[in-house]
Amino acid sequence: MLFETLHPFLLGFLEETNKSFIPFDNRTAWLIAAVMILLIIGSAVGKLLERSSEERLNSAVVRSFNQRIRSWWLMCAILIAGLVIGPTGTVVLFGMIAFWALREFITMTPTRRGDHRALFWVLVIFTPLQFVLVGLNDERQMFKVLLPLIAALFVPMRIALANDEKRYLERSAKILIGILICVYALSFAPALLYLEIVNSSGELWSEDQSANKGLLFFFVLITQLNDVMQFGWGKLIGRNVIASRINTSRTVEGVIAAAASSALLGALFSWVTPFLFWQAAIIAVVVSLTGFAGGITMSAIKRDRGVRDFGTLLQGHAGILDRIDSLCFAAPVFYLVTEFFFTGHGTAVDTQAVVIWVTSFFI
Amino acid sequence: MQLTSRLLVAAAKLISGYTVRWKDAMPDTCQRIYFANHTSHLDGLVLWAGLPPHLRQLTRPVAAKDYWEKGWLRRHVADAFNALLIDRREVKVHQSPVDLMIREMDDKYSLIIFPEGSRNAKEEMNRFKSGLYYLAKKRPDLELVPVYLDNMNRILPRGEVLPVPLLSNITIGTPIWLEQGESKQQFLDRARQSIIRLRDEDE
Repeated sequence: MLFETLHPFLLGFLEETNKSFIPFDNRTAWLIAAVMILLIIGSAVGKLLERSSEERLNSAVVRSFNQRIRSWWLMCAILIAGLVIGPTGTVVLFGMIAFWALREFITMTPTRRGDHRALFWVLVIFTPLQFVLVGLNDERQMFKVLLPLIAALFVPMRIALANDEKRYLERSAKILIGILICVYALSFAPALLYLEIVNSSGELWSEDQSANKGLLFFFVLITQLNDVMQFGWGKLIGRNVIASRINTSRTVEGVIAAAASSALLGALFSWVTPFLFWQAAIIAVVVSLTGFAGGITMSAIKRDRGVRDFGTLLQGHAGILDRIDSLCFAAPVFYLVTEFFFTGHGTAVDTQAVVIWVTSFFI
Repeated sequence: MQLTSRLLVAAAKLISGYTVRWKDAMPDTCQRIYFANHTSHLDGLVLWAGLPPHLRQLTRPVAAKDYWEKGWLRRHVADAFNALLIDRREVKVHQSPVDLMIREMDDKYSLIIFPEGSRNAKEEMNRFKSGLYYLAKKRPDLELVPVYLDNMNRILPRGEVLPVPLLSNITIGTPIWLEQGESKQQFLDRARQSIIRLRDEDE
């Protein structure tokens, strides 16, 4: 008797706690678990290599491997923390990453005294504002126009007001490329959380967009693994260096092999996305190529400035920009592809952007 | 007060994103004079915040009285980092800044000073004022520690009110002392060179 009256409450309670304790849907939870296991294995392997590497292995490679694993742990922790707090939390965390990345970028680029006010606007006002707009998720999607339209015109004007004409164009360009890469491009990653995704059979993929967390995690996972695979395949089978004066470790073979492996991985993890497995594979290839674009662009910037990594620029700093360069380039493209093909209301601009992006590799 | 100083350290870290490097030197509670290049109002605060907490309590930045006694907020901030305020305008005979510093240091405190005198807007450091020499002469037991502050002039340059939160570096070098028979000018040049060396090794 007692049991029967309590039973529905008990069930309800269990259901409720289940909801509130795991803030992800099942698929995302599984993906996170898989990544955690991989990271634990990676850490263990790193420790083993460290111990036995003295003669046989290159200790610099082992060290950079361990560094990478550590920064992945951090990245993973940040992502999960953000996802637990909710979309707003993720947006705030990405905002902080963008702020730090832009800080590294501007610290590395010489600016003149006259740029001070413009830099204040960019770092203290435009950067947070961009992520506020992403979080607001208004109908007009103001976050897509704030930086490329308003900031891009405001910054040169503000520098002109400072009354210093020396290398004016160069200075404006440096600041603009900084906001474009570190802030604008990166802000598309958390914006994924707000897309109302319709899968290819025409159904709404997830009612409250909670499954989008899994999609974001999928995206970050593919870009990061792709980075490593490009490096690894390049070392193993690389012959033809793409741009030897920019970066000596990126080879044609490495890029192709990494794209193929990314396609496999994409298909393998397609269950966490709204994509069919072949769609996930194609999208993973796009992510792989744009990730390469990010790496090579950032290498060129570093070469121009004569620094090897952003990490060595200032001792003790982690060098966030080194880790997120491919993420920055892949995020807008991944977002636009998803928006165009999987929301049912993509715009022509989206396709144009993606088509131009992808063809630019071959021409 | 404790709260204000914590807030100050957090603000200094947020605004200047500093990293501290002890180069052939160790943090120590012995009495020291940290002397650094001066390009920004933030210099004293950032160098003070960059010291480990137990040293922070024993270290007092020397600052200009006319600037830091203006208004409630500045006075409160100066109190929070236990600044030693020096009157730049009226220098009395028996109340010279050096005497005041030595008296206030007692046998406990260390000081942060900027021997260039005022903030410098140029690339090269200005010549040092003689205070450092007299401090070294009157208290030969003090360790004189050179510090190079990098990038502070971009974070808050002279004449600006709003800081741009870039990243900066604090490099702390090996102590120097006044050598036997060294003239005032030789010593001040050597002290200035010790900071320049920290800067050049940085690059």
